[in-house]
Amino acid sequence: MNPIQTLWFYFSSYPFVRYAFVVGLLISLCASLLGVTLVLKRFSFIGDGLSHVAFGAMAVATVANLTNQMVIVLPVTMLSAILLLRTGQNTRIKGDAAVAMISVGALAVGYMLINVFSKSANIAGDVCSTLFGSISILTLKASDVWLCVVLSVIVIVLFLAFYHKIFAVTFDESFAAATGMKTNAYNLLIAVITAMIIVLAMNLVGSLLISALIIFPALSAMRLFRSFRSVIVCSAVISVICAAVGIILSILCSTPVGSTIVCADIVVFFGFSIAARLTGRTE
Amino acid sequence: MTEHTEIDEGIISLRSQNVPDTQVVVREASLGYENLVVTEGLNFGINAGDYLCILGENGSGKSTLIKALLGLKRQIAGEIEWYNGLSGKDIGYLPQQTVVQRDFPASVREIVRSGCLSSMGWHPFYSKAEKQLADEKMKRLGISEFANRCYRELSGGQQQRVLLARALCAAKKMLLLDEPVTGLDPKAQNDLYELIETLHQEGITIIMVSHDVNAALQYASHILHIGSQRQLFFGTKEDYLQSDVGEGFIKSQGGAAV
Repeated sequence: MNPIQTLWFYFSSYPFVRYAFVVGLLISLCASLLGVTLVLKRFSFIGDGLSHVAFGAMAVATVANLTNQMVIVLPVTMLSAILLLRTGQNTRIKGDAAVAMISVGALAVGYMLINVFSKSANIAGDVCSTLFGSISILTLKASDVWLCVVLSVIVIVLFLAFYHKIFAVTFDESFAAATGMKTNAYNLLIAVITAMIIVLAMNLVGSLLISALIIFPALSAMRLFRSFRSVIVCSAVISVICAAVGIILSILCSTPVGSTIVCADIVVFFGFSIAARLTGRTE
Repeated sequence: MTEHTEIDEGIISLRSQNVPDTQVVVREASLGYENLVVTEGLNFGINAGDYLCILGENGSGKSTLIKALLGLKRQIAGEIEWYNGLSGKDIGYLPQQTVVQRDFPASVREIVRSGCLSSMGWHPFYSKAEKQLADEKMKRLGISEFANRCYRELSGGQQQRVLLARALCAAKKMLLLDEPVTGLDPKAQNDLYELIETLHQEGITIIMVSHDVNAALQYASHILHIGSQRQLFFGTKEDYLQSDVGEGFIKSQGGAAV
């Protein structure tokens, strides 16, 4: 069979491959939309911290033998997002330390819980797939897919509805506050959407690689484009294409889905960096 | 505390009788954080068409005063009263540049338009009127030709004009400028001061926080001088030049009396 036939075979015969495709594209789209804001607001570390918290919550859910892990993971991650943002605003150094503390703490506690209480025979495999998302995307049930679609649509609608406000708060918070905008509320909104994206993306790339999904498309787009809208559109396009390429390659070459997608993102980043240098657009 | 304060009581009383053009009156205001008073005994008033320059060394509470005027921070004691339907939200604010902005990918048009956001409420997108307003302000400040350029590629003076245009989209009557010429070369500084003066001539009230005493003396109509923890002077520029505070400060800053 040639590659296209192989792909067609997988798509037509296995519903979970189709699910993986839909979920993968939606998640990458959401992650890239907010990535630009997070990078510009210097909030990249919050995304990283939250992904560790999500891992900890996932571990608790696994140990508690919950069939629907989202019940725990989503609220816990959102709560941490709000907490991290609050501490992050008070003082720089303390905020940094708080993120490190919470994220590493959650990672350690999560791993310990799984190790001590899990009845699974393959603990290392479980942990690995939660961290790197190696196989979980291919084990999605229809209900997972629907949850993912609903959350993605919420993220996209919120982003579009508040696009201009998110821009204003990102570019100049003091001016936005001075004209009467509730900047804290918008920061909160950004944190909550970030938490949702991270929980979503855990299925796709695993908690350790989520930051890559958020940051790489934004950074690549910022190499070449010079207006906020073009950067957002470009990073969305990059992210979706990389996800599609990553998923297809991982099916054809039997590589782990998450890391294949991130590798595609890395290749694009270097491609864009070189293009920026060639066109003389670097500072 | 107040015995050293050279307040022109006449000006304050004139400014507090709700004259048609009174915009804001600050009475015996103390500013600061929960347990720490940064500055107290602030007494001054601003009328439509004034050009008030707020002078003071670093740490004298200038930035706290800005927050209080903008309504972002409540005063610990005293009053800040707005007249004629104005409020802190009606100030067009020109903040100091932040690190984030230096490598921010945004076009000039996007930034100027964002000044219209405050009046949009829950509307997610700009209306035709708001787009027009932004175009008009860009034209007025001579930055129409940069509309599609990236903000970070502009010179310091051009960037300040972009932020001024944005401030004008947000407010029509009053501008608050926080150290507007910081980091500009002398030519650009002068251009910006002249531009602000033009806006003032067109009837916009200007409040400028600065430590450039020469510019204050050249352009301002009124001076508010804050020392450490208290107000040292408020009054017209002419009175300031005659006052001990004024003479002392001008000498210490190496400025030439006009």
